[in-house]
Amino acid sequence: MSTFYFIAFLSIFFSILVITAKSPVHSILYLILTFFTFTIHYILMNAQFLAVVNFIVYMGAILVLFLYTLMLINLNKESEPRKSNLVKIAGFIGGACFLITIVAALKAFTVSQPVVLNNPNLGLVKNLGKILFNEFLLPFEVSSVLLLSAMVGAVLLATKDPKTA
Amino acid sequence: MGLADIVIKLVLIVIIFLISLVIAMYSTYAERKIAAFFQDRIGPNRAGPWGILQPLADGGKMFLKEEIIPTNASPFLFIAGPSLAILTACIGSAVIPWGQTVTMGGHTFDLQVTDINVGILYIFGVVSLGVYGVMIGGWASNNKYSLLGAIRAASQNISYEISMGLSIIALLMVTGTLSLKEIAAMQHGWHWNVLYQPVGFILFIVCAFAETNRTPFDLPECETELVGGYHTEYSSMKLGFYLFAEYINMFISSAVMATLYWGGYNYPGMDWVLAHTGPTIGPLIGTAVLFAKIFLFIFFFMWVRWTIPRFRYDQLMDLGWKVLIPLAIANIIVTGLWITFF
Repeated sequence: MSTFYFIAFLSIFFSILVITAKSPVHSILYLILTFFTFTIHYILMNAQFLAVVNFIVYMGAILVLFLYTLMLINLNKESEPRKSNLVKIAGFIGGACFLITIVAALKAFTVSQPVVLNNPNLGLVKNLGKILFNEFLLPFEVSSVLLLSAMVGAVLLATKDPKTA
Repeated sequence: MGLADIVIKLVLIVIIFLISLVIAMYSTYAERKIAAFFQDRIGPNRAGPWGILQPLADGGKMFLKEEIIPTNASPFLFIAGPSLAILTACIGSAVIPWGQTVTMGGHTFDLQVTDINVGILYIFGVVSLGVYGVMIGGWASNNKYSLLGAIRAASQNISYEISMGLSIIALLMVTGTLSLKEIAAMQHGWHWNVLYQPVGFILFIVCAFAETNRTPFDLPECETELVGGYHTEYSSMKLGFYLFAEYINMFISSAVMATLYWGGYNYPGMDWVLAHTGPTIGPLIGTAVLFAKIFLFIFFFMWVRWTIPRFRYDQLMDLGWKVLIPLAIANIIVTGLWITFF
């Protein structure tokens, strides 16, 4: 349990650094560390497959692309848009309202019974695969079609328009 | 897990770490000797007999060179870059099975640091992390050439990871497990996976060249266009770490290829040898066979480097996206049909 609290502390600590870091590249690096703590959380929950996939897909691919983009667009202090005080005040009020809503919602909740899994080894690759392809086959396939359509859409957007080219 | 087990694991980790370092060191020597052979030269021959002490001399030189951190560089990230590169290069060896179970003085122990049941995915994760060392170092140098090198490294790694992953999927369909220990044990004798997955192996080795930034895919450090690529601004041991990480990566990826496709520690007639040499020497002969395979792959890496010229950047992307990925998907389909009907 103490491991959990330590890792949870690190997660929150790095997420705060993500939004307070001055340089966008530093923020992405903190985001990578945040995702790394998520990987540890998954391992603590015995969800090894999810942990490794989070490691490969989020840390190894998506955040590399984030970093790639940020390195290319070169955000300098000079080119950063200045925000007026009005926007800052509006942001503060909006954020505070959101915080109050969340706190109220959490208070209204009664503590639910913890869900006990029938099979504590659900997160292992074999069990996860069997469940995904037996019980949840339809949602699994539908979501894969959704991802495919997003990919086709991106390719379509990126191709040159034959009229203008 | 008793204290003895922990001590054995620690000893194993230290041994593997030292072997990686020594092999990486002597790979630099081997590379120069092999290059010399291909180009009809003599190669390094001054330090010690046949120049055998050359890597030590190079290492000593690296440590003694002046350390320069550019004025506008980001100092922490500038140091973090090479450190990350060498860290990710070294941690990959943790899941590789170096041999069968050895019995020595009444103790039995595995020649593998840890057998996690998602072993292949772990290796894959470590490979995908490897690019951060190059990217962070290249960006922190605050040099346009370094930045371009870093960006090339990132796009190249992401592109080739896809076909590498797809080639591994076809392999997993054949083996049915993600644990490297089981995959190695499954290839007993001559049942090597390369016989069942020849196309998958070719895809994997091409991607391994791209992921380790070796010629013909060493665009991130293409000196004709980018001065020195991502390590233009680096000097002394920080440069040494980048170069060293490349050789360790080469060693680890050779070990992974030997384990996944070329039977690991297995060889034809191993049962006969095991029966005649006993449970201590027998498995160690298997380990020696594994290392022989690894050295062959390292030689192959060097052979290609001194034979094939570097690709152009658009050719690299074309090869990755338009040739390797469709080929890998076709390989998966053919493997699936083969498993279903035979």
